[in-house]
Formats: sequence, C-alpha cells, structure tokens
Amino acid sequence: MSARIVHIARNTFREAVRDRVLYNLIAFALLLSGAAIFVSQISIEIERLVVVNLGLTAVSLFGVVIAIFIGIGLVSKEIDKRTLYTVLSRPVRRWEFIIGKFFGLAGTLVVNTFFMAIGVFGALLYVAHKFSKPDALILVALYFIILEFLIICSLALLFSSFSSPLLSAMFAFSLFVIGSFADDLRGFARLTHGFTRWFATGAAYLVPNFSTLNVISPVAHQQPLGAQLILQNSLYALFYTAMALSGAVLIFERRNLK
Amino acid sequence: MSPTLLAYNLLSEALLAGVPFRAMAAIEILGLEKTYMVGFWRKRPKRALEPLHLTVEEGEIFGFLGPNGAGKTTTLKMLMGLVFPTAGTARLLGRAWTDPEVKAQIGFLPEQPYFYDYLTAQELLDYYGQLSGVSGQDRKRRIDEVLAHVGLTDSKDLQLRKFSKGMLQRVGIAQAILHHPRLVFLDEPMSGLDPLGRREVRDLIEQLKQEGTTVFFSTHILSDAEALCDRVAIIHKGQLCGVGEIEQLTSSVQGKVEVIWQGTQVPASMKALGAECHVSGDTVRAVLAANQQDAAIDALRREHIRLVAITPLRTSLEAYFVEKLQYSQTAAGTTVGTSAGAKV
Amino acid sequence: MTARGCTTVIASASLALSMTACVLLLRHLDQIRPKATIEDVLYIDSPKMVKRASLGFDGLMACIYWTRTVQYFGHRHYSRERTYNELAPLLEITTALDPHLLPAYEFGASFLAPPPPNGAGQPDRAIQLMQYGIAHNPDNWHLYYDLGFVYYTELRDYTKASETFDRGSRVPNAHPFMKIMAAQTAEHAGDYMTARMLWSATFDSSRQTEIRQNAMEHLRAIQVDEDVSHLQSAVTRFGERTGRLPSSISELCAAEHLPSIPVDPDGDPYTMTPQGRILVKNPDDFPFISKGLPPGYKPSGPPKFHSKG
Repeated sequence: MSARIVHIARNTFREAVRDRVLYNLIAFALLLSGAAIFVSQISIEIERLVVVNLGLTAVSLFGVVIAIFIGIGLVSKEIDKRTLYTVLSRPVRRWEFIIGKFFGLAGTLVVNTFFMAIGVFGALLYVAHKFSKPDALILVALYFIILEFLIICSLALLFSSFSSPLLSAMFAFSLFVIGSFADDLRGFARLTHGFTRWFATGAAYLVPNFSTLNVISPVAHQQPLGAQLILQNSLYALFYTAMALSGAVLIFERRNLK
Repeated sequence: MSPTLLAYNLLSEALLAGVPFRAMAAIEILGLEKTYMVGFWRKRPKRALEPLHLTVEEGEIFGFLGPNGAGKTTTLKMLMGLVFPTAGTARLLGRAWTDPEVKAQIGFLPEQPYFYDYLTAQELLDYYGQLSGVSGQDRKRRIDEVLAHVGLTDSKDLQLRKFSKGMLQRVGIAQAILHHPRLVFLDEPMSGLDPLGRREVRDLIEQLKQEGTTVFFSTHILSDAEALCDRVAIIHKGQLCGVGEIEQLTSSVQGKVEVIWQGTQVPASMKALGAECHVSGDTVRAVLAANQQDAAIDALRREHIRLVAITPLRTSLEAYFVEKLQYSQTAAGTTVGTSAGAKV
Repeated sequence: MTARGCTTVIASASLALSMTACVLLLRHLDQIRPKATIEDVLYIDSPKMVKRASLGFDGLMACIYWTRTVQYFGHRHYSRERTYNELAPLLEITTALDPHLLPAYEFGASFLAPPPPNGAGQPDRAIQLMQYGIAHNPDNWHLYYDLGFVYYTELRDYTKASETFDRGSRVPNAHPFMKIMAAQTAEHAGDYMTARMLWSATFDSSRQTEIRQNAMEHLRAIQVDEDVSHLQSAVTRFGERTGRLPSSISELCAAEHLPSIPVDPDGDPYTMTPQGRILVKNPDDFPFISKGLPPGYKPSGPPKFHSKG
C-alpha cells in the first residue's frame, strides 16, 4: 500500500519538474538579488528587515501560486485526459491515489522552498555580511510557510476532486485570501449577533487560519517564537490538511469518471 | 440442516470469499446496469445499460460488439471500477469486481488511451509496473520483453508526447499485458491503426490466447471479431441482442448454399428451385436455400452436369448484425434477445 | 464491509476528528498569540503606506481596520490598561482609507480624548480627527457635534464648544438640539443640566454599543454627583443651623423635609460618614463619579458597564 503511494508521489513530483515548475526559482532568484542589491544602497538600519520581509513574503506567494496552479489540476486533469483509467485499473485504491498526489505536490513545494531558502539566506548574507543567532528564526518562518503550503495543497486537491480547474483556482485563491484575514473574520464574528454570528463564527473556524502561521513580521524584527506556538501550529496544519484530504477522499471515492 | 444444504452453504461462502474455484468463469456479469441522470437539474434518467447478464469462460477470446454508443465502454468502465453501476454485480476471476487485488491479474486498454505525455515509454511502463506490484528485477526484464513484443524497442526513450497514434495504441497494449494478467480487457484495440498495425494486434491477441489469457475486447469492426473471437455478444442501445459462437449466430439466420457446376447452361429444374444463377467463364454459380441442397444435387445428376463444388454460405457477421439491429429498432420497445444470456 | 465502505468510514471519521481538532487548536492558539495581531497590523502605521498597500481595496481594508480598532479598544479597556497608543493610528488609518466611515469619528470623540483608563488621553489628536472628518464630510452635522463634544468634555473650552455647535446647527438638516446646545454651552457651561443634555444627546444619537454604554455611565455619574452635591450642601446648611454634624443621614433627611433617604440610580440609599461626608454605597458601580467616593478610593476591578440601554 504505502509503496504505491510513494510511486504515485514520485510520479507527481516528476510531472511537476518536467512541467518546468522549478524555473520559477529563476524568477525568484532575480527578484531577491535585485532587491538585496537595491536595498543595500539605502539606509543601513532596515536592509535586513526588508530582505527578510521581502524574501519570506516572496517564498510564501510564489509557493501558494504554484500550489494552486498545480494542485487544481491534479485530479481533474487526470480525469479529463483519461490518464486515470490505466492507473485505476491496477490494484491502486482511489484513496491511495489522492494521498500520493498530495505528497507529490507537497514534496515539490518543499524542494522548491529549500532552494528559495538558500536564496534568502544568501541575500541576507549579502546585506548583513554575517549571520546572527536570531536569523535561525527565519528557519521557523520557513517551516511555517511550508505548513501553509500543505494546507493549500490539500485544499487545491479537495477542489480538484470535484470541480473544474477554473473554479478550483477561484475557490483555492479565495480561501487563501480569506484565510490570511482569519483573525479579522473572528473579530467580525464577535461584533455580530444572532444567526449572522453563528454563521460568521463557523466560517471563521472553518477557513484555514493563515494568520497564525504568518510569523514573517515578528521574525523580521527578531522576536522570539515560543515552542508551544510551533507545536500547536504544526498540529493545526496537520489536522487541517487531514480534514481537507479526508474530504477529497470521500468525494473521489464516489465519483463516476467520465 | 441437511448435509446438502450445508455443503451448498459452504460452497457459496467459499465462492463469495473469492476463493478461486476450479472451472470458474473468467468474467461473470450479473445484472450490471447503469442509468445516468441528465438534464440541468439531473432529473431525467438516461439508460446507458440495461441489466446485463453475461459469462465469459477462461481462455477464450470474447468479442463485445455493437455500434458506437451501445454501452460497450460503459460496461467496461463499470468492470474496471471507474464508473459505479446503478445495480448489479460482477465477478472477475471468481472474485468480486470491486476487489482491488483482483486488478493485479487484469489488464486494461482503454479506448483512445492517453498516457502521461511527459514520460518516455520505458518510464511509463516502469511506473505502471510499480503500481501493479511487479518487482524490480522482473520489471526491467519484462518491460524489455513487452516493448519488443509490440515493436517499440527503438522508441523506448522517446517522450510519449511524440508518439503517433499507432504507437500509443501499442504502448497501451504493452501496459495491459505487462504484468502477465490472466484476463485482458481491450476497448477498441484496433482503432486508429493501419492495416499492418491491425494485423499485429490480431496476432498479439491470438498469442495471448495461446498463453491461456482470456481476452475480452470490444469493437465495432466486425471482420476483426469474425477472425478472432470464439464467442461474441452483441449489444445495441444498452441491450444485449445475442450471445454465442459466431457460427451459431450466423447460421441461425437462414442459411444458403452455393453450388458451382461445369458448363454454362442452367437446367430448368434448378430454376424451379428458385436458384439465382450467374455464369462466369465456364462455370455457373448458383445460390439457393440450404434445405434444397439435396434437390439441387439430384437435378444436376439427372442432367449429367458435373458438380464442381457445394459450399454452405454463412451469412457474414455483418449481415447478422445489421439484421439484428434493424430488428431491435423496428420492434418498437420489445426486448430483443434474452436477458438470461442464453446461448442462441 | 466492502473496501469502499471501509474507506468511507475511515475518511468520515478522520474528517470529523480533524475538524474538531482544528477548532480546539485554534482556541488554544488564541491564548498564545493575543496581541500579536495588532502589533503586526501597525507594522505599517503610516496611513499613506496602508492606502498604497491595499491595492485599491480601500473600503474593505477600512472595514477591517475598523473591526480591529473596536476589538483593540474593547480588549484593553476591559483589562484596565492605561495606554491606548495604537488607538489614534488605527483610527487615522481607518479614516484615511475611508473618510466617510462616520462611526470612526464618533468613536474617536468618545475614546481618544478622555484620560486613561477610559481613553487614550489625546484630545488634540481627537480634534484633528474630527476636523479631518468635517473636511471630508461637510454635510454631516453630527461631526460638528462630535467636535464640540470633545471641546466641552475634555478641553473644557466652552467658547469653542459653543461655536462648534453653532456652526453645526447651520448645516442643512441639522438636528434642532444643535442650536439648543450652542446656547446652553454659551450660557450655562459647567452646569449639571448642560452636561446631562450633552450625554443624553450622545446616547440618543449613537448606534454603537460602546458609546451608548459610555454615555449611560456618564449620565448615571452626573446623577450621583448632583445628588451628593445637594446632600453635601444640606450637611453644610445643617451645620450652620445647628452648629454640629447630623448624627445620621436619616436626621439630615428629616431636617430637610425629604420623604425618605435619597437613593442612587441603582436604588441603594446614600450613606454618611461620622465626619459628615456623603458616600455612595457601591462606588465600583459608577465609573465616572467624582463625588461620593470614600477617601483614598481605588477601583477594584474592570469598569462595570451596565448592559441595559
């Protein structure tokens, strides 16, 4: 069983790579190096701040875009192109297919982020000329960004299992934006009454809470992050991903393929 | 509980548990049917397949014939678990068709297959082999074998997006037989192939039979079926119209004989039998009803005409097909063919 | 059970379990990271920058910032914080993004100007905010009211207050009380009656719960202050008449020919110390009183705002 999942994951990764997805790293590298050079010529105080902020935000945004663009087609493309037929006629369970696809995409993003991390640290070294201890926090921020990716991947996969690529992209992107403002949604829910309150509170808990995973600003200011925060965020991402994937499995198990 | 009943219960349980049983059928379709809900509100039912009952024995080549849209592909998709039947079940190699393990012994070539076009033929077969549980060493060897078999050894490192239709079809067959399945399903295997390609596929199917593999293939090209199949089933508009050996099917239509004799004259007695006669060169060829065969021989003997040949004329499958289909169309609503899958 | 049925059960259970876990974890996370949001938020505290960063979705961002402002204030007020440093920037950003978000001005008038712990203690910034609002909403009379309100209550600049109310009364469709307020503040500034009118006006004209509650508490406080004032002057008169302090509050009331001991807005009777000082029974219930407090009084907990109103 797990062997099949690994094979499907590897194949998904291979597909992404051959789709030239990793070329985005070139754009990223250009952006970051340009910014680093540009910023190092302005004030002394904030260049580190800018590089960390810009770098991490770019990692996050690039990754989300990749996650959505590849994720939405993971299932629907295979159904449309009927490449799924010859896969499912083998002893592959439908749920193994979903899980394998997920790991393939997640793996692609982890690899992508790894290279980007090198870029960020490189730019940082360029402007600050040395690393300081608090820079290790950047790794935590990157870890949280990867957790964000896992959630987005699972959501994109969920939508892909029943919806067309265009709709899936819209849903996934909307959830990303709303999820980034999840705290505000909760705040808004507290201000309302009655049925609206129920609805808003439910929605606020259901959307992926990306604000808790967004520590870019504190890390840029070298503020420490508690171990509890790291643990609970990890668990949250894990459970949210599990939730979305369970949904995807339930839907896909039932789907009549055209 | 009487001993017989006990034995019967044990037997059924064994069968249901998927224990392979001697002399089991390769495919048993037990009332599979499919109704789609169409329309904007998904309220209108559309019958894609009427309850189908069909049995295919091990080791035979079975043809599933019908015009486009008859329900052939729907049946295959249901057996593969790609589409869920509205009712009915099926057994493949003695096990429930939904059993994932049974798929390790099944090969499937879909209609107009697409494959991951960013992979090479080698990589694709490797991937499929992994998914089918073929272990590392075996896989390498088997892939080379199979590629040679379908004649793609030279293209094995070419990306599939550069393959022609015929090559894709061959890759499709390769992936279907890669893991030595006992049962192979081919949906329109000859489509898009040139005559040479078709010949190759025909040979391959023959060879599969010789290896003991059961082949179930659907097609709308009757000559292929005629050449290959032990038995066929004919399906039209979701309904089964007839099942059986080709000879039996075609001979059920009133047979004729062809009589050829030397000379150019047509005896009056022949004409009286209602024969259609054609003179060509120094022989005459006459076609008349099979039950008048003896009368024809006598007539010729009386006239001292030399008989060259008597050949029973089998109606071609095509004629049978057309007739059956027309019948089912004109018999407005009457169920044609038995649903018990009785051999005609 | 079929393989498919098995998968369905497991997936459904996993779905339910994960959903529950997510909700619980979010609640936990709330406790770990309560203040992070606002400090994050104001990483960009220049209104211009925020405007640029909102990519044209100013209205939406204004709403978001407004929500955050209310949350911020409520949270800090409840915990009796003494500083509200982010309140002014939050309000400035909100109104920079959407100058027509009127509730923000009202909020600023009520809570930017008063001293801590009830407000940010920045009346000047409150004035600036009101003036900005008036500049962008010249047809709105209520903004003049808000401005005059700040002059009156915090700056005690009765002349300016009166002028502002007067200007406001000239706006088409202004509420008639603007003229009344103008006159009242000009002639009877500092009176309890004027203050009562002002707070009643605020209470009636606002739809925001916080502001109404705040006004309600002020009205109650005015009542107490007035009552205590009268009673205290009665004590003085008693002393002048009899040369001694009344032995109890009942004696005082009898001497004043009052039918019974006066009660505070909560219905509790006022008390008197042996030194002749009039006290209110539960000072904690009246956040804004300046009279009737025992010597050395310090509030013992978060301000108790009454919910009726």
